[in-house]
Amino acid sequence: MKKYLFSLITIGIFSSAFAQDYFPKNDQLKENYDGLIAFTNAVIHIDADREIDSGTLLIRSGKIISVGSNVKIPDHALVHDMDGKHIYPSFVDAYTNFGVSIPKSEGGGRRSAQYEPNREGFYWNDHIRAEQQAVDHFKYDEKTAQSMREQGFGVVHSLLKDGIARGSGLIVALSDESSDADRLLETNASQCFSFEKSSQSSQSYPGSLMGAMALLRQMYHDANWYQNNGTQTDQTLDALLANRAKPAFFEAGDNANALRAHSIGAQFNQPYIIVGASDGYEYLNEIAQTKAQFVLPINFPEAYDVTDPYYSAQLSLEDLRRWNQAPINPNKFAEQNIKFSLSTHDLKSPKSFSEHLSKAIEYGLDPKAALRALTTVPAAQLGVSSMVGSLEAGKLANFLISDKPLFSKDSQMQSHWILGKPYNIKLQQQKTSDEYQIAIAGRAARFVVENKDGNLSLKYGEGDSLETGKITQDGQWLKWQVKDKDQNGVLRAMAQINPDNLELSGQIFFQDGASRSFVASPTAFTPGINPNAENDSPGDTNNSSSQGSDLEVMPITYPNMGYGRTQLPTQQTVLFKNATVWTGEKEGILSNTDVLVKNGKIQAIGTGLSDKGARIIDATGKHLTAGIIDEHTHIAALTINEGGQNSSAEVRISDVVNPKDISIYRNLAGGVTSAQILHGSANPIGGQSAIIKLKWGASAQEMLYDNAPKFIKFALGENVKQSNWSSFSRYPQTRMGVEQLYINYFNRARTYLDNKKSGAPYRVDEELEILGEILEGERFISCHSYVQSEINMLMKVAESFDFRVNTFTHILEGYKVADKMAQHGVGGSTFSDWWAYKYEVKDAIPFNAAIMARAGVTTAINSDDDEMARRLNQEAAKTVKYGGMDEEEAWAMVTINPAKLLHLDNRTGSIKKGKDADLVLWNEHPLSVYAHAEKTMIDGAFYFDIDEDQALRQALQKEKNQLIQMMLSDQKSSGSKGRAPRKRDRIKFECETIN
Amino acid sequence: MNIKYKFSVLILSLVAVTGFAQQTPAPAQSEAITLAGATVHVGNGSVIENAHLIFKDGKIIALGQNEITPQGQIVNVSGQHIYPGIIAPVSSLGLVEIDAVRQSKDDDELGEYGPNIRSLIAYNAESQVVESMRPNGVLMAQITPQGGVFSGTSSIVQLDAWNWEDAAVKADDGVHLHWPNTYRRGRWWMGEDRGWKPNKEYENQVETITDYFDRTKAYIAEKPEVPNQAIEALVGTLDGTKKVYVYADGVREIMDAVSQLKNHGVLQIVLVGGYQSDQIIPFLKRHDIPVLIDRVHSLPQQADDDYDKPFKLPVLLTQGGLTVGLNARGSMERMSTRNLPFYAGHTSGFGLSAEDALKLVTSNTAKILGIDADYGTLEVGKSATLFVSKGDALDMRTNQLSHAFIDGRALSLETHQTELYQRYSEKYGQQTQD
Repeated sequence: MKKYLFSLITIGIFSSAFAQDYFPKNDQLKENYDGLIAFTNAVIHIDADREIDSGTLLIRSGKIISVGSNVKIPDHALVHDMDGKHIYPSFVDAYTNFGVSIPKSEGGGRRSAQYEPNREGFYWNDHIRAEQQAVDHFKYDEKTAQSMREQGFGVVHSLLKDGIARGSGLIVALSDESSDADRLLETNASQCFSFEKSSQSSQSYPGSLMGAMALLRQMYHDANWYQNNGTQTDQTLDALLANRAKPAFFEAGDNANALRAHSIGAQFNQPYIIVGASDGYEYLNEIAQTKAQFVLPINFPEAYDVTDPYYSAQLSLEDLRRWNQAPINPNKFAEQNIKFSLSTHDLKSPKSFSEHLSKAIEYGLDPKAALRALTTVPAAQLGVSSMVGSLEAGKLANFLISDKPLFSKDSQMQSHWILGKPYNIKLQQQKTSDEYQIAIAGRAARFVVENKDGNLSLKYGEGDSLETGKITQDGQWLKWQVKDKDQNGVLRAMAQINPDNLELSGQIFFQDGASRSFVASPTAFTPGINPNAENDSPGDTNNSSSQGSDLEVMPITYPNMGYGRTQLPTQQTVLFKNATVWTGEKEGILSNTDVLVKNGKIQAIGTGLSDKGARIIDATGKHLTAGIIDEHTHIAALTINEGGQNSSAEVRISDVVNPKDISIYRNLAGGVTSAQILHGSANPIGGQSAIIKLKWGASAQEMLYDNAPKFIKFALGENVKQSNWSSFSRYPQTRMGVEQLYINYFNRARTYLDNKKSGAPYRVDEELEILGEILEGERFISCHSYVQSEINMLMKVAESFDFRVNTFTHILEGYKVADKMAQHGVGGSTFSDWWAYKYEVKDAIPFNAAIMARAGVTTAINSDDDEMARRLNQEAAKTVKYGGMDEEEAWAMVTINPAKLLHLDNRTGSIKKGKDADLVLWNEHPLSVYAHAEKTMIDGAFYFDIDEDQALRQALQKEKNQLIQMMLSDQKSSGSKGRAPRKRDRIKFECETIN
Repeated sequence: MNIKYKFSVLILSLVAVTGFAQQTPAPAQSEAITLAGATVHVGNGSVIENAHLIFKDGKIIALGQNEITPQGQIVNVSGQHIYPGIIAPVSSLGLVEIDAVRQSKDDDELGEYGPNIRSLIAYNAESQVVESMRPNGVLMAQITPQGGVFSGTSSIVQLDAWNWEDAAVKADDGVHLHWPNTYRRGRWWMGEDRGWKPNKEYENQVETITDYFDRTKAYIAEKPEVPNQAIEALVGTLDGTKKVYVYADGVREIMDAVSQLKNHGVLQIVLVGGYQSDQIIPFLKRHDIPVLIDRVHSLPQQADDDYDKPFKLPVLLTQGGLTVGLNARGSMERMSTRNLPFYAGHTSGFGLSAEDALKLVTSNTAKILGIDADYGTLEVGKSATLFVSKGDALDMRTNQLSHAFIDGRALSLETHQTELYQRYSEKYGQQTQD
């Protein structure tokens, strides 16, 4: 090995593989010679699936000339005998920002938010930057290149990680010894996207994930229009259109965002290679169904420091589990045959890549799959398979030489060749013998060099009183020093090991400057000992291979956190016997009544019912009601407000449903089965609602109602005019402006619809499409409202455009215009007793619901609050106290009335044959403060059960303990202190939450 | 089940229909009043059926069944329930009128260490929010400065008064101390993760607090000529005339707070919050620490906590033998304070008898605040601060007040809100409850 290394350095001087012919040369003669280099007797891994046992690799001028077992080696070739070592294609990282830095932002420091873009001649939104070219910001970074090469990467895709559309990346070989002219393999290689805004602009839209999604959709609509009908110049769309055929990378983040990104790509026929989903194992089926390709980060979390029990008590099961489960992710992807490459993306430093990769392999990832994910797959993802990813004639001479098969723990990379030049050359430590005795002529003292299991020691002195010195090995060389007591100085020595007989030949340097050479033969020599002193982790080798099967990975639950279940609840045939049944229908409250549930529906209501297969629940003394429906909630959403513009009709809460919100479970424990997740109240025209059933454990998609009625949030008053925070630049700032804004938007929507219907070509505008649906009566408005003037105004605006407002939510002064509301036909969904939190609710009264209901307004009580949502039965009961509502009427306000307001009363909201079996069994009169839900059923499956809840609590504590124990022993073995525990900070959304 | 009832003549005579003005405070009790025939919930766990309750000059002079001879004005409240007036501890009532209107906010002064800040003088006796307490039975409150480490000094008031002097029941009763947290929230606006992380300053912050008490001790001994307002305000905590209300939730914080304050000479300690106090009941018992638990209607603090943790916490502590009261702290705390009876009711559903639950908002709170000689239970010699409800007052379904008295004064149960209710019901020709 050593031999060829020296010769290689010589070759390096001659070669300049890709120097362009037309570049003049003035500092020396223009001449060039690149010789052939042959690597023989190697185990050549052409790619993960093809291997040559003993083959030859022939390269020249940075390219592979031929590979095979019978390669004819010309006489003039430099031959390196690999002696059974392994050659692999070097790795490709499909997603980095290598050498590319983000330019400084422009502007900032304003009094109010910025609504307009910084640029001219580009797209209207600064966060769409498809025209960006990574190469314009590229500066080759030798230091990072070095650490990337150490990890095996020879070629990387690099981009400007900034913006929602981030423009085009470049592909570069990590070759220090050439110029950009040689190493830039592609300068316009890709198109890249994310959900993250650009730091180069303060333009406020989009201010949310759902806004980013809507913006991307609109971008594609606009590009389509621009392509055929564009008259002005838009450099952004020009670039987007020009690059549409290029590989498209979408940096998504977690599994849910991966699915979000995919949904956009699928709509516009733009398959994205998704960067992210390192937690993909949680929703593996959904991920697999996308058929998308992935770039997987392997930033497995570090263990927490759990030595302090008070601190560690702050950790959630979800966080603890993430540490335990994350390393299985790559293997789970491999098992599902999802195409993925592995990347250093998201690692704090590329240096930890191999450590994480070993962990993935330890947790089941097949080394072959790992190799594919580092070579052929990323090469294909980048569209550069013809250049890199495998060792085949004509491709780049980028390869790794390893002493043993890669990914085995004690294997060592010996060198890394890029564009035909070697890097990261590891000197192999020469074996030494067990002991040498070196006598110095004319002196009684001697040196003793000992090698015990690879640990060298040096002693010096006379007889048995020996002084200990320092000795180090560097390849073939030993170097030592020791104090010489007699002479009061330091003796130094250098010695070379002869590999053939392990003899030492060297020189001793005395303190007086004199030196003497010596030759020493081994005094003892036991062949077979591996004295490899530089082995990184020799101790681990045995452990890890035997440990493989002992790794305990906690089962994944739905959702994968506390109170998740290993199986989703299933529909059952259930017979509730002898309950007090609140039908919510004209039958009223029936005592001693049975209810039969079958196939997710209410099958029968009566007395003496029976069904052979049914699970019988004795409900004697208990109350059975329809599930509570919350007309206005913000649970189960990642984001609530898109306040970046005064209208955000184009955003969809359904895009950002979060099935892992613990509030879902807590709401179930309060008897809630359905809820409308509304957009917030940051702007007069908000976003589209999501209506969900609280199927704890199901995916976001599964929670959404099928064929849900379409809703949109509108808002009036202080929030939309931004009264309660510093913002002075967005229209409207008064209630007067709110009216004009609505009129303006509806006028535009009408024009849009007219144009669309005329058959003329039109630019698809997601916002106006949605507003058009309102005009057409296909979409309903639920409007945040407080004072009577604005309530009246919106009804009049609606009437002038010939539609009706569906619901006023909050509607705290509804009692002042209840007669007008009844006449208009709008419903009211209000709080029971909130008031005085801002000026516009100073006249809010708890009698509001009663007055509205008596005036003929369909009235509901809603929460707009995670906490209140879990006791809406009590909030309904307050209408008995305040205003003297009949108890059945009061109960209707949280069941059938909100169902009516949501146009779901044909499906849920009461106990009626044929309706969805969304039921709650209460221990008590449901309006009583002493009542709590014992069982909550959705579509015939129990999603909450008070007994099961106890079991879930116990299981949760047990598993947390187990994981903490595992972390403690992990820290003991690894010696790392671990991360400080953290406590999650759940954002509690209300209408006004802007995040 | 349209509830229709008539206020007694007594009450109606007090109601001035004055549009949007606040209700007029009731005059002093002029003659003895006998509330006849009700179920009396004494507030100490006992119940007297078909009771006569007589009060004169603001004090209860007789309570019993047939053996008691009614006197003075006899109000027939048979079938109804009488309760001690509900007390709202650690409350900011009257310090803020409308949350979002800065001009109306007087609850949180600048500076972290202001024990000398006195809530009483900013208490707005005419607050519309305060008057909305009365129809639910909340008749007294401990008005408390907010924010900072030493928030300031509270005072206990009754909720039907012309001005703060008139309202005061016990002035400057305690100092409120927010114990530092071993965790701090990530400063996300500075690019940190939003989550909570260990607070490296914790020990220093504790030291700063204990230093205040040490200096107070020295100050008492030296009696310097130039007064120090902050330290003056703490003097009472070392001689037992002022309580220290210390706000802490975690086990570590609670234990540190109790032992540090004791070590530094604080004589009367009340724990406020106490979210994890159920884990260290023996410790709290050993130190005789009562707890004012934060709003029952709160979310569990961590995702993995039992969903009903806030509902059942008062039950666990009561069963553990601690003296427990409920407060209404949290968002929208002032307007929500009228729900105190329902917090007690809700917690009752998780394992306390209704009478024990009632203590959480009456006698226990009075004991904790140190006003139990006069308030908190319905016993002869104590103040006639009480209300009459047509049904179970801890359940919103049946909490329907017919009468309320503070120190024997018959209160108006009308509010800005009931007036609007009546006005608009009349507009639509709807029937109201009265």
